[in-house]
Amino acid sequence: MRIDKDLVAASATPLVLGILAEGESYGYAILKQVNELSGGRMEWTDGMLYPLLHRLERLGHITASWSTSEQGRRRKHYAITQDGLAALAERRSQWAVVSEALEKAWSRQPMPRAAF
Amino acid sequence: MTTDVETQISEWRQYVQAHPAIVEADVDEMEEHLREQIADLTETGLGEDEAFLIAVKRMGNLDAISHEFAREHSERLWKQLVLLPDESTTGGGRRTELWVALGLGVGAAISARLGIALLDEERAAANAGLLVLPFLAAFFVWKRQVPARVAGGIALGLAVLAVVVNVFPFDEGGSTQVLTVIHAPIVAWFLVGVAYVGGDWTSHRRRMDFVRFTGEWFVYYVLLALGGGVLVGLTVGAFSTLGHDPETVIGEWVIPFGAAGAVLVAAWLVEAKQAVVENIAPVLTRIFTPLSVLMLLAVLGAFVSDGSVLHVDRDLLILMALILVLVLGLLLYAISARDPRSPVDAFDWLQLALVVSAILVDAVVLVAMLSRIAEFGASANKVAALGLNLLLLGNLLRATVLGFGFTGGREPFGAVERWQTTYLPLYAAWAAAVVVVLPPAFGWE
Repeated sequence: MRIDKDLVAASATPLVLGILAEGESYGYAILKQVNELSGGRMEWTDGMLYPLLHRLERLGHITASWSTSEQGRRRKHYAITQDGLAALAERRSQWAVVSEALEKAWSRQPMPRAAF
Repeated sequence: MTTDVETQISEWRQYVQAHPAIVEADVDEMEEHLREQIADLTETGLGEDEAFLIAVKRMGNLDAISHEFAREHSERLWKQLVLLPDESTTGGGRRTELWVALGLGVGAAISARLGIALLDEERAAANAGLLVLPFLAAFFVWKRQVPARVAGGIALGLAVLAVVVNVFPFDEGGSTQVLTVIHAPIVAWFLVGVAYVGGDWTSHRRRMDFVRFTGEWFVYYVLLALGGGVLVGLTVGAFSTLGHDPETVIGEWVIPFGAAGAVLVAAWLVEAKQAVVENIAPVLTRIFTPLSVLMLLAVLGAFVSDGSVLHVDRDLLILMALILVLVLGLLLYAISARDPRSPVDAFDWLQLALVVSAILVDAVVLVAMLSRIAEFGASANKVAALGLNLLLLGNLLRATVLGFGFTGGREPFGAVERWQTTYLPLYAAWAAAVVVVLPPAFGWE
């Protein structure tokens, strides 16, 4: 199943913040986590993660630091900040409202069958 | 990894680096990603070549990624302006732009010259900004393809300014007239700003770009003026040794033409050659920030040792207000030139010192001013100066709080930036109020 682009974009920030809330991480590991969490059904364009991480960094939701990986290459780690946790809480409550509303609206009717 | 894949990776790296909005550190980060992806894929049994291809494919369209980076880092975007739709990377677009800028520059020069020819000297001086700046606004309206409605608004604003400056029944040479003449070009500059940001004036990023533009434009204009001044001086010298007196020609033709045309040329240079000044801006701010701190402290020391804070001279107060405006300009320029993501360094503390010393000076000036108003009553000059100082104080106080937050690691630099861009329209509003409201309020005196 391909998830709609807008939906991916809207969920990217809370998803990344949610993953980082569990502990600091780096780009590739974050993407792997997204894959695992969605059972491989949410396809992100890998490269787009980085501008997003930079944006969150600028907003002060996360901080970044460089370290050296086991293979001796530079790796950038990201960790969530207090601000980021607050933003995440805010996003979570927003999503809860949206999903509750959707659930209620859809529970009254059976899942429509696709036309083909 | 095999040398084959290493070569492919380094080729890929070069290709990514060719994108102006993606800097070296980002490429490092993405390369690390690519390598891990390749390693994971080969573990599932793929050959390295295939793994490389899939990893590159998953990375996505680099133009789209570069576009995202550019949106995120307008300071990188600033170098190349990759986002602007009218920006063509071919030479043709650049050349058209140069011709438009030159054409409008000549237009501005003719307009200024006509002003001198048709108006008396004082009127011409009062209208100088309004004779030239519409051409600059027109340049950006053309370049940014500003929507007609916005362009109309800008034109209307400029027309209102012209009417106010020339039709209001001022007492000739009175202080409200002087205030209006000083503030009208400031309002006009902000109208140019609306054109500069392509009508998107609610965007904080674009506002910051305009601040950057203003700083760079000023640097270029000063450079052009200096060069022009040397040329004019030499020419005058050469002619007078030959027994001619070129001063009327120079004064009536060369200088007005040059000064007006340079406004457009400087703007074109800023647009076309960002990468040249880009290296100068941080240097300039690093030189002048500590010097300004020293200047402010010296002024403060002089005030304190003088002991007569309450009876300072009126001219001194005006001078102080000018100094504070200059300091704020420097602050804005420094903020606009800073990479928001680099960590706190000594310069950030220095900048904070600048803000704090400016607050001290501003406080002294405010006390002196209020006491003058209490003693002599309010006048248009005093209200204008008081308003300006309060406006500056408000900005500086919050800038200090945010500055301490940033240097203490509690606030991102973005908060500092955002405060300044949020405040920006207030200056325009204040200048407009001085132009339109103060004169009638003080009976055109």
